[in-house]
Amino acid sequence: MEVSVNVNGEDVTREIEPRLLLVHFLRDHLQLTGTHWGCDTSNCGTCVVWMDEEPVKSCTVLAAMAGGHRVRTVEDLEQDGELDPVQEGFIQEHGLQCGFCTPGMLMTARALLDRNPDPTEHEIREAISGQICRCTGYSMIVRSIQWAAQHESAVSLEPSTAGSAS
Amino acid sequence: MQVPAPFEYERATSIDHAIDLLERLGSEARLIAGGHSLLPMMRLRFANPEYVIDINDLADELGYIRVEGDHMHIGAMTRHRELLESDPLADVFPIFRDAEKVIADPVVRNRGTLGGSLCQADPAEDLSAVCSTLDASCVIRGSGGERIVSMHDFHRGPYETAVGDAEMLTEVRIPLRPNGSSAYNKVERRAGDWAVASAGASVWMDGAAIADGRVGLAAVGANTTSIEEVTSVLAGAAPSEELYERVGDIAAANCSPQTDMRGSAEYKRHLAKELTRRSLRTAVARATGQEA
Amino acid sequence: MTVTDEPQAADAAEERPIGFGRLLRKEDPRLIRGKGNFTDDIQLPGMLHLAILRSPMAHARIVSIDKSAAEAHPKVVAVITGEDLAAQGLAWMPTLSNDVQAVLATDKVRFQHQEVAFVVAEDRYSARDALELIDVDYEYLDPVIDVRKAMDADAPLIRDDLEGKADNHIFNFQTGDAAETDAVFAKADVVVSEEIVYPRVHPAPMETCGAVADVDSISGKLTLYCTTQAPHAHRTVYALVAGLPEHKIRIVAPDIGGGFGNKVPIYPGYVCAIVASLVIGKPVKWMEDRTENLVSTGFARDYIMQTDIAATNEGKILAVRTNVLADHGAFNGTAAPVKYPAGFFGVFTGSYDLEAAHCNMEAVYTNKAPGGVAYACSFRITEAVYCVERIVDALAYELNMDSAELRMKNLIKPDQFPYETKTGWIYDSGDYEPALRKAMDMAGYEELRREQAEKRERGELMGIGVCFFTEAVGAGPRKDMDILGLGMADGCELRIHPTGKAVVRLSVKTQGQGHETTFAQIIAEETGIPPEDIDVVHGDTDNTPFGLGTYGSRSTPVSGAAAALVARKVVDKAQIIASGMLEVSVADLEWKKGSFAVKGDPTKSVTIQDIAMKAHGAGDLPEGLEGGLEAQICYNPENLTYPFGAYICVVDIDPGTGEVKVRRFIAVDDCGTQINPMIIEGQVHGGLADGVGMALMEMIAFDEDGNCLGGSLMDYLIPTALETPDWETGHTVTPSPHHPIGAKGIGESATVGSPPAVVNAVIDALKPFGIRHADMPLTPSRVWEAMQGTATPPI
Repeated sequence: MEVSVNVNGEDVTREIEPRLLLVHFLRDHLQLTGTHWGCDTSNCGTCVVWMDEEPVKSCTVLAAMAGGHRVRTVEDLEQDGELDPVQEGFIQEHGLQCGFCTPGMLMTARALLDRNPDPTEHEIREAISGQICRCTGYSMIVRSIQWAAQHESAVSLEPSTAGSAS
Repeated sequence: MQVPAPFEYERATSIDHAIDLLERLGSEARLIAGGHSLLPMMRLRFANPEYVIDINDLADELGYIRVEGDHMHIGAMTRHRELLESDPLADVFPIFRDAEKVIADPVVRNRGTLGGSLCQADPAEDLSAVCSTLDASCVIRGSGGERIVSMHDFHRGPYETAVGDAEMLTEVRIPLRPNGSSAYNKVERRAGDWAVASAGASVWMDGAAIADGRVGLAAVGANTTSIEEVTSVLAGAAPSEELYERVGDIAAANCSPQTDMRGSAEYKRHLAKELTRRSLRTAVARATGQEA
Repeated sequence: MTVTDEPQAADAAEERPIGFGRLLRKEDPRLIRGKGNFTDDIQLPGMLHLAILRSPMAHARIVSIDKSAAEAHPKVVAVITGEDLAAQGLAWMPTLSNDVQAVLATDKVRFQHQEVAFVVAEDRYSARDALELIDVDYEYLDPVIDVRKAMDADAPLIRDDLEGKADNHIFNFQTGDAAETDAVFAKADVVVSEEIVYPRVHPAPMETCGAVADVDSISGKLTLYCTTQAPHAHRTVYALVAGLPEHKIRIVAPDIGGGFGNKVPIYPGYVCAIVASLVIGKPVKWMEDRTENLVSTGFARDYIMQTDIAATNEGKILAVRTNVLADHGAFNGTAAPVKYPAGFFGVFTGSYDLEAAHCNMEAVYTNKAPGGVAYACSFRITEAVYCVERIVDALAYELNMDSAELRMKNLIKPDQFPYETKTGWIYDSGDYEPALRKAMDMAGYEELRREQAEKRERGELMGIGVCFFTEAVGAGPRKDMDILGLGMADGCELRIHPTGKAVVRLSVKTQGQGHETTFAQIIAEETGIPPEDIDVVHGDTDNTPFGLGTYGSRSTPVSGAAAALVARKVVDKAQIIASGMLEVSVADLEWKKGSFAVKGDPTKSVTIQDIAMKAHGAGDLPEGLEGGLEAQICYNPENLTYPFGAYICVVDIDPGTGEVKVRRFIAVDDCGTQINPMIIEGQVHGGLADGVGMALMEMIAFDEDGNCLGGSLMDYLIPTALETPDWETGHTVTPSPHHPIGAKGIGESATVGSPPAVVNAVIDALKPFGIRHADMPLTPSRVWEAMQGTATPPI
């Protein structure tokens, strides 16, 4: 069957099997290998992408179900050569080690801050509780997201400093 | 790589279309909504439907939480996240928010639906217990029209509901009664895990006494949707720790937990009692305005 | 909102140290963009996909295999069974412990999910479909699942493939002095005994194992992209096993999504991919799914340790004795130096000054997946430390003594180092008491004990768990330590280019530990070349020197030492070149990181970059000196290194449900000289989470038929951000006297030290119930059972 999906702002159409999982569609058909897979039971969260601006586990969505919808992956976080604050936060606060769970964490972090620009520590932990990291022990992921939250609100108060690192 | 066996994909454009597809395609067709029960089973090849009917385009039509007359109507496609976040729902039936906080995880809750959970009828699934605690009814539509089935009759056992092959659940209705409240407690080994055991309780007060009350359990047996002895003991009873203990004992006696990796049968039976007590205590406190 | 993509330095010197310090990671820019290159990201032209058919039974004879239907599948290119491999002598391969393991089963299957056949198809989905078309006829055999029954006279024989094998015994291991120990026990005031179980657990890195095998049919060269922590060791083993000449094998470990020891062994899947590519002449990819990872790849632990501790009434610990039953699964696949079949379990004497110690261990086969050494165990030190720290707490319980105080009384004193244990291990350096005091201060220990006393009066359950551990890492001196005959010495090569940039080539392979950053920092510290000017090359056997890879926290102690020493060689040569440039003798020069200056005249100086250009430039160099500015080294460590730590865990338990909440965790680590404190903190955090996982929820369990019950992440539970607290970390610094930069390594310390801290906290919380010991995993059900007095061991 044919499926048309808007991926990272671009409409793509491909011929697929109905059973193709969205994660494999992204990785194998579109070569967007930033999204990963790590389990068979929708537990690990390394496959998290956005569908219609909401984080979803792309291993538990058929590519066919994404037809007509908007999908956003980690590759879309950087815009015009500028990193998203969540990406910068993960660098500044050592929120990644092997980097395998990181794209999923970044997508969830970005969605969280879009809805809740000043989350508490508990709200951050809750937001990422469906995703597993084996390397970091989570504290530094939390700090990374807090960094992004602080730097976004700092810049939003001082629009004239946009373009310089906060 | 665990991937589903081949199937044909159909997308429903309306409820009638979905039912029509179910009729035409027969028992080898399954509806998919959130997909977080069905797809994992298909990946492990425990479920191998020949046709998958995607009803997510019905999310607007069937995703709602609204009061109509003396019932709260919740559309079958309402997502877990919506059930969690709805303040009108939490104000009247706090048991939903209690349960949704500990159902799956936030990302899965963006997709999974009320209807999907109820129709999957996993014995450890929480919303069946929530709905039976609230004495809900289920609206099932087929080509012949609609029928309304009580939660007790809807949930028949593990993975078995009253929904027929060419039918779909469209709505859950919960009676609105004054002076009532509810609560839910669940023990899980880790966030996102299935329940080791859960218990929900609802009470409706008549002055200082409990006029009516219900308890629903999850993960402790085949079908624990309504325990009549609980309701008869609670009728007209004055709230007290002894009462909660007694109802807890009844709940524990009326379940059939199995020993597995989540816990021993004895432990689960203990939880049936302990969590029933806690849920009753909280429901009463909420109903009498002592707790938010 | 815009943020530039290079981290801006508010204070360049602090934020971008040239050498040790908090340096942001060089590997991050690609990983946060989703531009990492993991094995499953690799797509080669014409690449095919391999899927493995696995046995549903734990123990069964293979009667017949009918692959005709699978071969007829239109997208299937090949179907290979054990019989096919046996015809080429490839059905069996050596393990890292001098045993043999089936690549594909030939006669019997010996654990559930053992490899039986494989399919190569055009795509992953078709390969999966084709597995169902292979028809295998099994004849059921009784399995050995209960390890306590493995040596029963009537136990089924598992390894009838081994000539003359008549039972399920693998080896006996002893260390320490049995007679001396028995004598000490005989005269002790107090003896406490417990059976201490460390259940089977699994490293479960987020990326599963896999490989892409690409045999060039013209040149005969195999390129294997593979999730391996030890590329060079793997290359040599393939050469020895598969008869491929070693110079025709290139192993490339790309980005690896976590290793934790899971990616040390050579798995049958890798060999299958190589064979497939050889036979078919196209690249073949095998990536295991999560179930395969959990049920068939190298598990960890699975020790039953019957342990006794002897002490005086005043709390002086005299001796520790343990009898261990070790379950190795169906094949002995433990990665352990040859002379150490039980790894470094000998450090079960812990951090205490003992009069005697003895261990007797029996290792046995069972019908379960092979493994044992994995999940950041430092070669069984997780088991050793858990054993001693649990029994010490049991002793504290019996003596009614505070567990921190008991430890403080018995810790080895600083003037006793280097300290030889009763089992022959020489701890290089340690200053234990300050670390424990620091942890207690950070925790507010006395205040916590007061709070606990108050809570106990109200029937609330609060626990404080202490653990003090000494690690032994950095394997190791080649005279003692080799794996399959390959000595554990590692090489390093450093080359400075004419314009003063550099490339360092490593023998180790990061899986998240940040080597691209820390090794650049080591070179920067020695040479003064900024880390961003240093390219770190690792993971590709064509481009890097030989070494034994990354595991057992050995990268910093071994390869880090090699890097420092090779840099010093380069600086030594640079000094000679500088002497020529400045026209003074070598002895008249003074080094200040990054440049040589004439003593007493700092205006006359040359930078390392100047020297590099001179080394390649026109004009003569000092007599006897060749051009270029590079060096290589093979570093043979003098000893292991001994990091240590003091951990304190605070838990609260719901008395009605047995649910354990980890409220706080304080970790003070000493890994000697710190290269990058940010990375060290990250390593510690990760290991601490492991401890919460193992203590409270992780276990690979089996039913009595040998069905593996931990085959998915729904069953094998790993902690999330909601189960883990905000870690509180601190450090002390006691350099290693024999390491060139005094560093000891940190990678596994927290995984070693945290499970005992959490378990000790839970048991401490249950003290009002008269509980002295209960085994992991302490799920709510198991905690509740302990409270009822009906606790049972997990195996």
